[in-house]
Amino acid sequence: MENKKFLLGIDVGSTTVKTVVLNENYEILHSDYKRHFSKIKEAITAQLQNIDKLFPNAVFSMAITGSAGLGLAESAGLSFVQEVHAAFLAVHKKNPKTDVVIELGGEDAKILFLTGGTEQRMNGSCAGGTGAFIDQMATLLDISADEMDEMSARAEKLYPIASRCGVFAKSDIQPLLNQGARREDIAASIFQAVVEQTVSGLAQGRKIEGNVLFLGGPLSFLKGLRKAFTDTLNLDEEHACFPKEAPVYVALGSALYAEESGDTLSIKDIFSKLENAKESDGRITEPPLFESESEYKKFVSEHESFNIPRGHLETYKGKAYLGFDAGSTTTKAVLIAPDGTLLYSYYSQNKGQPLDRIHAILTEIYARKNPELEIAGSAVTGYGEDLIKAGFSVDRGIVETVAHYKAAKFFCPDVDFIMDIGGQDIKCFKIKNNTIDSIMLNEACSSGCGSFIQTFAAALGYTIADFAKLGIFAKAPVNLGSRCTVFMNSSVKQAQKDGATVEDISAGLSKSIIKNAIYKVIRANSPDDLGKHVVVQGGTFLNDAVLRAFELEMGRTVVRPAISGLMGAFGCALYAKEQNIEKSTLISPEELEKFEYTSKNANCNGCTAKCSLNIIRFSNGQRFISGNRCEKGAGIKSTNDVPCLYEYAYDSIINYGKDAKKIENPKARVGIPRALSFYEQIPFWHTFFTNLGFEVVYSEESSRNTYFKGQQTIPSDTVCYPAKLTHGHIESLLEKNVDFIFYPCMSYNMDEGENDNHYNCPVVAYYPELLKANNSRLTDDNFMYPYMDISIRKNVVDVMARSLKKYGVNKKMTSYAADLAYYALEKHHQDIAAKAQEIIALARKENRGIIVLAGRPYHIDKEINHGIHKLITSLGLAVVTEDSVARLVHTPKLHVLNQWTYHSRLYKAASYVTTQPDMQLIQLVSFGCGIDAITTDEVRSILESKGKLYTQLKIDEISNLGAVKIRLRSLVAAMGK
Amino acid sequence: MVKFTEEMKKTHTILIPNMLPVHFKLMIEVFRNYGYNMVLLESTSKTVMEEGLKNVHNDTCYPALLVIGQFMEALKSGKYDPNKTALLITQTGGGCRASNYIHLLRKCMDAHFPQVPVISLNFSGLEKDSAFKITPKLGIELLYAVLYGDMLMALKNQCLPYEINKGDTMKVVEKWQEKLSKLFREGNIISEKPSKKIYREIINDFSAIERTKEKKIKVGIIGEIYVKYSPLANNHLEDFLISEGCEPVLPMLLEFVLYCTVTAQVNHKLYGHSLKSAEIMHIAYNVLHKELMNMIKVMKESEFTPPHDFDLLRKAADKYINQGVCMGEGWMITAEMAVLAETGVENIICTQPFGCLPNHIVAKGMSRKIKETHPYANIVAIDYDPGATKVNQENRIKLMLANAKMPKD
Repeated sequence: MENKKFLLGIDVGSTTVKTVVLNENYEILHSDYKRHFSKIKEAITAQLQNIDKLFPNAVFSMAITGSAGLGLAESAGLSFVQEVHAAFLAVHKKNPKTDVVIELGGEDAKILFLTGGTEQRMNGSCAGGTGAFIDQMATLLDISADEMDEMSARAEKLYPIASRCGVFAKSDIQPLLNQGARREDIAASIFQAVVEQTVSGLAQGRKIEGNVLFLGGPLSFLKGLRKAFTDTLNLDEEHACFPKEAPVYVALGSALYAEESGDTLSIKDIFSKLENAKESDGRITEPPLFESESEYKKFVSEHESFNIPRGHLETYKGKAYLGFDAGSTTTKAVLIAPDGTLLYSYYSQNKGQPLDRIHAILTEIYARKNPELEIAGSAVTGYGEDLIKAGFSVDRGIVETVAHYKAAKFFCPDVDFIMDIGGQDIKCFKIKNNTIDSIMLNEACSSGCGSFIQTFAAALGYTIADFAKLGIFAKAPVNLGSRCTVFMNSSVKQAQKDGATVEDISAGLSKSIIKNAIYKVIRANSPDDLGKHVVVQGGTFLNDAVLRAFELEMGRTVVRPAISGLMGAFGCALYAKEQNIEKSTLISPEELEKFEYTSKNANCNGCTAKCSLNIIRFSNGQRFISGNRCEKGAGIKSTNDVPCLYEYAYDSIINYGKDAKKIENPKARVGIPRALSFYEQIPFWHTFFTNLGFEVVYSEESSRNTYFKGQQTIPSDTVCYPAKLTHGHIESLLEKNVDFIFYPCMSYNMDEGENDNHYNCPVVAYYPELLKANNSRLTDDNFMYPYMDISIRKNVVDVMARSLKKYGVNKKMTSYAADLAYYALEKHHQDIAAKAQEIIALARKENRGIIVLAGRPYHIDKEINHGIHKLITSLGLAVVTEDSVARLVHTPKLHVLNQWTYHSRLYKAASYVTTQPDMQLIQLVSFGCGIDAITTDEVRSILESKGKLYTQLKIDEISNLGAVKIRLRSLVAAMGK
Repeated sequence: MVKFTEEMKKTHTILIPNMLPVHFKLMIEVFRNYGYNMVLLESTSKTVMEEGLKNVHNDTCYPALLVIGQFMEALKSGKYDPNKTALLITQTGGGCRASNYIHLLRKCMDAHFPQVPVISLNFSGLEKDSAFKITPKLGIELLYAVLYGDMLMALKNQCLPYEINKGDTMKVVEKWQEKLSKLFREGNIISEKPSKKIYREIINDFSAIERTKEKKIKVGIIGEIYVKYSPLANNHLEDFLISEGCEPVLPMLLEFVLYCTVTAQVNHKLYGHSLKSAEIMHIAYNVLHKELMNMIKVMKESEFTPPHDFDLLRKAADKYINQGVCMGEGWMITAEMAVLAETGVENIICTQPFGCLPNHIVAKGMSRKIKETHPYANIVAIDYDPGATKVNQENRIKLMLANAKMPKD
């Protein structure tokens, strides 16, 4: 063959290797696309060997691209081109009429705007919605990505799934699965989530229109994803281009780059360069888990002691108790004799089909059991508790934390600390005086739990058990950090690049999980913070590597019961025994044979929230409804008249001024967004403007739709959800055609005394600046955002007179209006405080516990709080707000700078709660609120110093309340003792 | 909580966290001359981050994590006797959560080293009962340390990417660090005349470095103050850019000081807050500004690019954002982006700790508006936190650089 010159592009992504060979006319002669399973060099070598066969003795102009190619190219001394830039070059050559390019890769998502100002963007550090995300979700559904694609075509409805990151999405999807939602619908919803992430997270305000080119593996293989994109972006066939070379498009770009700036090499040259590539030694390693084989043996024998006797299902006669733990990813079951002897146990992934699992378990037990074995009681716990209870007529349902405590006590009567790491949750609780004293659960953004290791193991081609075992004798475990999964992915990527072995990564992940639990979830300073008698459990602790990592970190030996993964179920069985149930209602063998269920979707019409419901009908006539936030949706007639201030406070803001006389010939129609600080200041501004002869128009009530309306103008995807909603409220006011929108900038809030200062947080203070800069429909005429210090009356009077001058308003007028406005605001506060007293009195009369649900004024917005107050009242507890009780006490002694008005109230409210025996405080924290990193620890210490419980609920755009429910029920269980 | 007493001045070593190596070393010399025995912490070991993660709420901003981690690492290292050690940390007192660093640090000390006093370095009159006092004379000397530091930093970045003999630039930097320390000890460089002379000498030394004439891409580094300067926080961003064939352009530390003096004036103008502090700050501003202009004037005479006049920043800000946005680095970040773009440094890296609240508004929130006026502005926001990997950050920066190298049509 003659020594012709070819162009070679190699794209090394996070999950795949792509190669392309072009001739001088830029025609593709050869291309290859394969997963590399993190064995990058091997994968490249294999593809290059193939090319060598096809083009013997050829010389290539070559360049490498791709996120995993960066380090490789550097160490091998080969040309590198950034992948987005490579795509850009390819588009110019192959599809020059393109306006926008969307490329989804393994772990990156990118967008390129080519016309109207070139711009190239990648997802930031906190963003899901990529190929790896889709893979993760498919693993969760126990199907391949292709199967998921097929399924999505049969979808009937879409569920809102958080798209910000994989962890959030998971916590949305898992409960849907457990509640029996159709997997077809979930599949389609996952694709939709990816689209939304791209539109909001990447485009950030720029419209995606014109000719759109879609690139990358997922977009070329998944039809459902394509459809979701074209539908959402309203693209017809002519404008949506899916080039057939899409999977290798970026490799093509790097080949084009190579023509001018690449290296000219033969395949042999490339091989030798790759071989000589220095492995960087940049990775940080830690001491091994075990120094020697004998150390491991000692460890194993130490832990063998915590075993329980086992009996046989076939031979045991007499009473037995059944416990189920329908966890998020696994189903666990045990059958025990009254003395705790284990007769039967089951532990397996539920593969998103919890009902089928339980059905299989019961069928097996009934088939195998001795005829004289009587199941005398049964109980269930976990995410799927309600579903399983309804479907199989299980006697009792208990909250997970209680189940785990029961089980732990069986093994360690003095237990004072329990740590459970399950598939998706980390749960820790302290035991004091035989009751659960404080509960700590992981928040969405720090979930490095069991299912995470599992997904990782699968991605590297191992089962979880094998993968974890590999870590035990790892010589140099990698330090992978301990943040969220997305970051962990890139840490692992980097470790691989640096030459870490699978063993080192496995051990590193075990250590990460432990560090995450200790320092993020528990926030412990030392082993003594935990307790003297620590019991660990949960499926994740079945791995010796994880257990060892925990002991090393804490510097003490802990108890791991042999049935560590079954503790929830075991606790249930013990509980069922304690209950002395006369006759178990558990489904009989005959009924079980006929057991069937169907699932369908509907919307609840109980109230304006219109929760989307999932209705499962069982063959026994039982019905199970999920997705509802309150009892109404469950088909139960509302008996929920537990007093709650949230509804009242919300109504009093939403309906403020509704009954006021309509203003004849208003000076102008002024729009007020129902957002952020306005949830408190509406009485002020409504009064102010109406008294000056303006008509006040509010934006719509918040809903998920409000968010979508403004999504395109959000520049920062990590800002809190309350701030993001503001964009939709501005759109809503623009729709209503107001003369101008009023939204003042306020560094300062009202000075409520006993503080170091009275700021607003930076987001609340200056959000109008951001709105103005990112919404091109806002002008100096229709958007008024003056700066003022509302704590200084004179300043408000001056600023407003200046701002409203063109409407003929002068200082005398604003002075008069300000007097009325300040009065209205104060009256509003007093009204809320008085109502709180009424609620507290009523609750005491009814002998109810009282919860101070403490957040910020805007947390009364139902779209922000997701109806959490309803969940609390459904548990029989009355609810009041933080501001309604803050005035009743003095500021306690603090260890932080007390300089934000809203946050000062939290400290006061916490202090007040410590003086009230029947009250507890729950703190609502919006994801992304940096200031709450400071307040949460302080509020906790105020509460705990006086023996109160601390509960924190982190909320974001996700609306699934499963995890919240567990926490609340645990709290109630703890309060009840 | 232990207070820093007069006696401790004699017995205690004061540790300070590293943010700006060049500046802080000079400032330490100044403090030494006033009887404070200070040590700059320069450890960048992984223990720093681990101590931070252990001792600070993990959602707190990255700078707090690193600063507190660095202190903890030092105290645990055995190098310093906890009974004879104090810690120094800056405090600005604004509406950003950074004002709470000192309290988080004290919480941490209460738990581990209750005997260690924590000193607040501030210019807003917080914590008056400490024996640590900034006298006017000390203040002025610190100002000069900042000015010299700014100049060394600017010249370093304008020479290092172009030096022909590797190491030449750093030799000059080190030489001047020593020389300035000596001059501070001798105590006669804190007025206009000698300083101008010293400026010229510094410039001459840098000017003498053999450099290539090639044109390199200038990349502005702006953002949250600690992350933008500290190599520990930003994974040695300056070095990385230089290795990629770029010239890093960093704003002066003095800008931040000037920015702080503006706040009181703005608060008076917007809200009618205290006229007195506005007037005091106005005087302070004028003094500082005059010194800045002196330096700029001298630099203008040379082949080097002088830093921006701060008034230019204020004017630029007015086009985009109100100067009432004054939490964190506030409007200054927007203004820096604008001025960089206006003066031809179109490639900008905006560094910020993950979840930085003010930066939602002033950085990410304003890029669109700046791009509207400067279509070629090439801005990338990079988040820094304990979990973010270098490879991810560098890949994004490389994309920005690929954009920078593209021909403009």
